[in-house]
Amino acid sequence: MHADPLATVDTPRASGLLRNPLHALHLRRGARMVPFSGYDMPLHYPAGLLKEHIHTRANAGLFDVSHMGQIALAADDPAEAARALEALIPADIVGLKPGRQRYGLLTDAAGGIRDDLMVGNLGDRLVLVVNAANKAADLAHLRAYLPAAVTATALDRALIALQGPKAEAALARIAPQVAAMRFMDAAEVPILGHACLVTRSGYTGEDGFEISLPDVAAEAVAEALLADAAVMPIGLGARDSLRLEAGLCLHGADIGPDTSPVEAGLAWAIPSVRRIGGARAGGFPGDARILAEIAAGPSRRRVGLRPEGRSPVRAGAPLFAEEAGTEPVGTVTSGGFGPSLGAPAAMAMLPVALGTDGTRVFAEVRGQRLPVRVVPLPFVPAGFKRGRI
Amino acid sequence: MLRFTDAHEWLRAEGEVVTVGITAHAAEQLGDLVFIELPKVGAKLSKGEAAAVVESVKAASDVYAPLSGEVVAVNDAAAGDPAAVGTDPQGAGWLYRLRLDDPSEMDGLMDEAAYAALPK
Repeated sequence: MHADPLATVDTPRASGLLRNPLHALHLRRGARMVPFSGYDMPLHYPAGLLKEHIHTRANAGLFDVSHMGQIALAADDPAEAARALEALIPADIVGLKPGRQRYGLLTDAAGGIRDDLMVGNLGDRLVLVVNAANKAADLAHLRAYLPAAVTATALDRALIALQGPKAEAALARIAPQVAAMRFMDAAEVPILGHACLVTRSGYTGEDGFEISLPDVAAEAVAEALLADAAVMPIGLGARDSLRLEAGLCLHGADIGPDTSPVEAGLAWAIPSVRRIGGARAGGFPGDARILAEIAAGPSRRRVGLRPEGRSPVRAGAPLFAEEAGTEPVGTVTSGGFGPSLGAPAAMAMLPVALGTDGTRVFAEVRGQRLPVRVVPLPFVPAGFKRGRI
Repeated sequence: MLRFTDAHEWLRAEGEVVTVGITAHAAEQLGDLVFIELPKVGAKLSKGEAAAVVESVKAASDVYAPLSGEVVAVNDAAAGDPAAVGTDPQGAGWLYRLRLDDPSEMDGLMDEAAYAALPK
């Protein structure tokens, strides 16, 4: 093994790392802690990444995602906050009903993706959940571009995700009303006497919830959920393999300032009301490029890849159209092993002509060209609880 | 003779042939292994050269040749069942066998007590 063989999995704990309210719980449960976005976070617990991943798909997993950013937007007229946010996000925020949540993208002037986020409407305010690495920049961006009448406040709260087919039963034991929620509902729910904000969402491809709660309540609520035999604590390692199998984008890897929403296959998050011909078409950063790409199609696309062999193909691996090709045609943006698939899986950006299902391209791994096939996303079907419409 | 490197490999010598694997500490640190790439029999390895790859769900790690020599055998069973390397890294989970160019180089490596005392 190389001189610092375990650097990628066991970086020594640096001083100055931030600690979430569940930090002590992670240590107590024997987590292997790693620095992540400035926080000392659990990579996995003694059960290990594979078992944690499989358990989440079959039962329920509890994830500490308190490092993520939570931001409240408020205005005397709540509709003004929604209108104002539409100037930064190409989504239908005005039409987002109280008690509902939506996925959206903060775009930049070049049509790239500053961040991806969730927007929930709580009636008197909007609550955003943004990526940990971007939370300071997102808050500054919001404050710089929202009108003075709309205040953006960072919420210093814990965030717990409970994911998997048994998440509803586990959470309903301490908060019965969540059983009536459907996918992308958002509700203020008291849990163990604490004011919590619950959304029926997550980032694993499974049914589940995200629970925003006061720091002081985090331990008690987490332990109450973990007291259910179906619930296991899950680290960031399995969080990543679960989202990869679900075909979900990781900002900073699959999407970022260099990718447009259309290239990323996220045009579904831009509804017709914001597109050409819509009542509130455009009016967001990068609108010219993004709307043109929706109309004409992008030149490259995010795709799923299944290596034909057993070797995982990881982020950064160049892709070639031919085994002996000299010029890369794209790059793997996320990749690894899918425990539920029992096989390696990856996502990549490829020219549209090479991005059709079944196309064979070659990934360069340690100097070898490995055949990989373009496949539809997600790798594992989603288990969301969609209501009757 | 059992020897260790500070890169968390073990070597067991029988004459001029040594069996090489990763230590229990390394296996524990890597977590669940999902893929192993072994050198080809007949390959000539120089000390410090990438000889094998062990991959967990999360990351790939090179296993560098601890000493110079020729690969005389590889553990195909381990390549077929990477998880077994994680569960028995210093037994059934050996990776490959090397005929050393200079068997005396083994003397420069750590014994078990020295490896156990290595800060990890």
